[in-house]
Amino acid sequence: MFMTRGRLAALALALLASPIAAQDGPDGLAVGRQMLAEDNPGELWVARGQRLFFEKRGPKKASLESCDLGLGPGKVEGAFAQLPRYFADTDKVQDLESRLMTCMVTLQGFTTEDILRNRFGTLDNDSDMEALVSFIGSKSNGMKMNVPLRHAKEAEAYKAGEYLFHRRSGPLDFSCATCHADQGRRIRLQELPNMTDSKQVQTVVATGWPAYRGTQATVRTMQHRLYDCNWQMRLPDLGYASDMSIALTSYLNHRGNGGVVQLPGVRR
Amino acid sequence: MAEPMRIRAALQGDVADVRILMRHPMETGQRKDAKGDIVPTHFIQNVVVTHNGRTVLDAQWSQAVSRDPFLGLRVKGAKAGDTIVVTWTDNKGDKRTDEATVAAAS
Repeated sequence: MFMTRGRLAALALALLASPIAAQDGPDGLAVGRQMLAEDNPGELWVARGQRLFFEKRGPKKASLESCDLGLGPGKVEGAFAQLPRYFADTDKVQDLESRLMTCMVTLQGFTTEDILRNRFGTLDNDSDMEALVSFIGSKSNGMKMNVPLRHAKEAEAYKAGEYLFHRRSGPLDFSCATCHADQGRRIRLQELPNMTDSKQVQTVVATGWPAYRGTQATVRTMQHRLYDCNWQMRLPDLGYASDMSIALTSYLNHRGNGGVVQLPGVRR
Repeated sequence: MAEPMRIRAALQGDVADVRILMRHPMETGQRKDAKGDIVPTHFIQNVVVTHNGRTVLDAQWSQAVSRDPFLGLRVKGAKAGDTIVVTWTDNKGDKRTDEATVAAAS
């Protein structure tokens, strides 16, 4: 909704009164973020993802309607809120993206190489994966994150993720925790969430990714976020849907349990 | 084929607050693709918004408008249930028309 004049004036006063707070905190930026969130271009990816999900595609001319995302074939409502989880047919813990890959290969007959080539959209090519993840993520809106930790492999992935999160490595000797285990850290103007704080990890997990990135003019997924974090730490490229990426997602998403999903997000 | 727009129209008093998201590459003609070739100019040239068939906005755009544009406008004298139709035409002649119904004030 548009802001009333009164609120705008109040905000201007608040900015005048505390220039330091405006620089440190999200006060002033919150207004812009709110406006972006109301008309999030990510909604266009949701619409495209919905079309792709039900369209008969691939060499086998099949839709994804019989894809089991953990809650039964074709059930997308609430699926995101309970991933990653263990899947008996692949005998693996899978996140949304690796599970979609399995479905696209087994049901639709796409090759893994095709999917990987198109995993991250560019200005020249839209990614089907980014659209599908946006659609499925949005189908958990309003629900609480509830990632299971029942199966032995789920516990294993969680433990591996916890270890990886704190493990320092690479030429810069960074771990995820170097940037994400402290209050009030940032890279330039980007505030870094503190993943050891349960409130913040809930917010990031439930409303963070997939998100429309203004600077990249496309929706980016959790796999992309982890890939980019890895690159920023100057580690070797994180394999898409690799065990390491799924372990980290398992750890973070489980710790985010209780966060109320609102996707896609919108980011710088 | 052009992707559908997302149009929201909600009443605020007798004014309809219309918000439109469009999917369009809006190429400026200055970007190079992965191969190093210039990507030709491709942008929305004309946007027409009608309210119950009456034109309320007729805009000429240029490549200065961003990718996946957002357009917001306020239409006076609207009532719940009125029809808002948005049409854009780009410089390659591609067209897209979508419509929305004005929702009652929430």
